[in-house]
Amino acid sequence: MAKLTIEDLKKIKDKVRKDTALRGGGSSVKITVHMGTCGIAAGAREVMDALLEQMAETDRQDIRVMNSGCMGMCSSEPNVTIEIEGQKPVVYQHMDANKMRQVFKRHVLAGEVQTEFALARG
Amino acid sequence: MREIALHIMDIIENGLDAEASLITLSIEEDDEEKILRISIKDNGRGIPDSMLEQITDPFVTTRATRRVGLGLSLFKESAKRCDGEFDICSKQGEGTMVRASFRTDHIDTPPLGDMAGSLTSLIMTHPEVDFVYTHEADGDRFEMDTRQIKKELDDVPIYHPEVMTHVARTIRKFLEGRKAGEQSS
Repeated sequence: MAKLTIEDLKKIKDKVRKDTALRGGGSSVKITVHMGTCGIAAGAREVMDALLEQMAETDRQDIRVMNSGCMGMCSSEPNVTIEIEGQKPVVYQHMDANKMRQVFKRHVLAGEVQTEFALARG
Repeated sequence: MREIALHIMDIIENGLDAEASLITLSIEEDDEEKILRISIKDNGRGIPDSMLEQITDPFVTTRATRRVGLGLSLFKESAKRCDGEFDICSKQGEGTMVRASFRTDHIDTPPLGDMAGSLTSLIMTHPEVDFVYTHEADGDRFEMDTRQIKKELDDVPIYHPEVMTHVARTIRKFLEGRKAGEQSS
């Protein structure tokens, strides 16, 4: 039977500690997935799944993933807002797992706003 | 909603909006009676009595961004459509409990879906809240309490991708094992 064991958690703790020992804390990127009923029904969880997978692949420790409720733009859900320190926030619309991977790699990591998926800026 | 796990996530979001610090989710699959029972409890601020009576009316909501509240109404309709039951009770200052049941042999019952994805999304974005998840399926039992996980992790944050990926993998493994059991019997 599958179980969350203390040994497994200890192993993860040791690994993460070793990996993060060399890097400083603080977060400079905030990614918000809008998860109201509308967002969830439109596929926000799949977007979040893709985001977790991308986060696991990167070394960057300064990226925080948040969620928020409906922002009143239900017809453009799933919406994702990317806020990079010192830059205007960008809201992306009609996101899916693949678009999320692209936005993460190109915008969050490389700094290129993916205008074709963007709903608004600022 | 295509999956029961999405309804669950949506209802838990309500509790989080109500400033809950502890969410207790229990799922019970009764193979003999062919019923799936779900209970979601939070210790948030609760719902006033005057509002509770009409809470599953889609035109009742506390939100300001749009005038319809869909989460609870959709969950109730989904359960009712499958000859299931729905019930909500709440006490101001103490919290809210939502219970629903689905007949697993009803053609309209949605699949349970990706519980691992729903839970990790919630935990990752609300690391300060604690989640207790118990799932019973025909004698098999899974239990997860984020308070214990946090204790073991010490200063490593629970939202760390390594931790979240591991939690998701463990839940998926349990759910797959349970499905395999169903098929062989």
